This record gives sequence, C-alpha cells and structure tokens, in this order.
Amino acid sequence: MSEHIVPPKVYVGIFLSLMVLTAATVAAAYVNLGPFNIVIALAIASLKATLVVLYFMHARYSPKRTHMVIIAAVFWLAIMLALTLSDYVTRDHDVAANTPMSQMLGS
Amino acid sequence: MHRTGELYGQFETLEQQKESAALGMWVFLSTEVLFFGGLFMTYTLNRHYYGTAFGVGSNTLDLKLGGLNTIILILSSLTMAMSVWASHVGKRKATTSFLVATLVLGTAFLGVKVIEYKQKFDHHLVPGYHFQIDYRAQHPAPNDDPKEIEAEKEELSKAFAKDPDVNAHAQLYFSLYFGMTGLHALHMIVGAGMLVWLIRQSMLGRFTPTYNTPVEMIGLYWHFVDIVWIYLFPLLYLIDRHR
Repeated sequence: MSEHIVPPKVYVGIFLSLMVLTAATVAAAYVNLGPFNIVIALAIASLKATLVVLYFMHARYSPKRTHMVIIAAVFWLAIMLALTLSDYVTRDHDVAANTPMSQMLGS
Repeated sequence: MHRTGELYGQFETLEQQKESAALGMWVFLSTEVLFFGGLFMTYTLNRHYYGTAFGVGSNTLDLKLGGLNTIILILSSLTMAMSVWASHVGKRKATTSFLVATLVLGTAFLGVKVIEYKQKFDHHLVPGYHFQIDYRAQHPAPNDDPKEIEAEKEELSKAFAKDPDVNAHAQLYFSLYFGMTGLHALHMIVGAGMLVWLIRQSMLGRFTPTYNTPVEMIGLYWHFVDIVWIYLFPLLYLIDRHR
C-alpha cells in the first residue's frame, strides 16, 4: 500500500455521517413498520459498518489481497447464517409450543 | 529477533513488512467476525422462536445509556483514526494525545456499561434464581416515571397473555445480552491494554512516518470492536421500541 494518508477532514466527515445514521436508526425504531423495523435497523447498521471499514480501516486504499480477506469474512458469516436459518426456519415444529422452557429448566 | 532500524530481518522492505502485518491483522479479524457471528446466530434463532420475550427484554434496556455509549464509541474510533493520521505525518505529540483520548473514551464506555449492568442487577434481570422480568413494574423506585411504569405493566401483561413462559424466555434474552455485551466489553478491555502500551511507545518516540504499523494495526482492531457495537446497539436496544 504505497502509503495513502487519509486527511483528517475525511475522518471527521465519516464521523459526522455515522452520527447522523445513529440518529436515523433511533428515530426509525420508534415508528411501527412491522417486519421492516429489523430490515431498516440492519440496513443502517451495515451502512455504518461499511463506512468504518472503507475509511477508518482504510479498506478503500488497501490492496486487493485485503479486499479478498474482508469478502471472505462476510461470505463465511453469510454461509453460517443462511444455512443454519434455512434449517431451523423451515422445520415443521414450534419450539416455544412444544418444549416449554420451564420444563427444560426443570423448575 | 534480528532487526535493522525499523525493519525486521525476515522482510525485504518496510512496505512489505507493513503489508504482511495488515494481512495478518485482517485474517485475525475475519476469525473474530465468526467468533461474534456465532453469538449473533444464537440471538437470531432465539429471537425467531421467542420474539415476545425478546421484545419485553429489549425494552427494559436504557436507551439513553446505550445511545450515549454508541456516541462515545464512534467518537473513540474517530480519535483512533486521527492518531493513525498523526503518526503518518510525524506529529508525535498529537499521536500520543489522540491515543490518550481514545483510551479515555474507551474507559468511559466501560464505565457506562458498569452503570447499565448495575441497573440490571437492581431490577432482577440477571438470569438465575432471582430473575423476574416484571420486578421493576412491581417494585418501582420513587424516582421512576409513573407513566413509564404503567406502560411497562401493560406491555408485560400482553406479553404474559401471549407467552405464559415469558419469564423463562426473557432469561434467554438476558443471557445473550450479557454474553454479547460482555464479550464486546472484554474486547474493549484488551484494546485498552494495547492502547496503554501504544501510548508508552508513542511517548518514547517509536513511531515515525515510515514506521507506525502498531498504531495502524491496533487501530484496525479498535474499529472492528466499534463495528460489533454498531450491530449490537440496534439488535439489543432498538428493534422492539415501536411496541
């Protein structure tokens, strides 16, 4: 990485964007959007995370090798979430109804 | 280790040395993604099954303290990034000052976390024998807003109607709350320790525009911990507020 020095004003700009997005996610949480509350919260969080990775963590100015590692990390996480959820969510049983936690705890 | 000036023996150039460090750090962080990922997976699954209990659990958290901590942590990422910049341009004093600011903010975050944990103990919200999801609604403190307590009571009675086992299921929520924020706090403590070392090295004048790899690598770690919080905050504090 032939030393790319990120100037402070970029950092301050990113910080301010993160603050605005934090305010937006808090505001959005109080509006009832049904299932979309989660979607919006995660979308804003991902946007914030992307800003941090690209600018604070310099990924934007890093070699392709670094990009590969970042993409691999996200990809592996996606495999874990997608394959596990595709199993549990499509099973024809309701854990909450079939096995009361009070029984599982033995109380 | 054999070392010539700023260059360790196994490397040809400073650039190669830095790139190797960065690659190693990113590989480490990708294992961290999966480490925390397992907890996020568990959270998602249990939330899927016990949404009602997770909702009431989430709404007992103090949004003001959580929000304050979010601001503190993002601000600490800014000061960390600024110390990387300062070390790149050879401003030694500024490097040290920004590192100290990062350490102060990181410690403030942990202090707020202590206040929050204390609240959970006071409200009987720590999983175990004394756990009682409606403890606060039944035993309000004199300075609690009566309207808020009424709203909480109403929410709880709805929750008990929907899921009679809500007290047991809410313990799952709080186990995950303490597990996830606890692991995150542990990372902050480790980060604070590394910052202390960095500050010392910086005061000794070890970092120059050509050698500042430790500042940058610990910076990467610090920002990663910030990202974990960026996801924890909405998932634990926010997504059930509209109810």
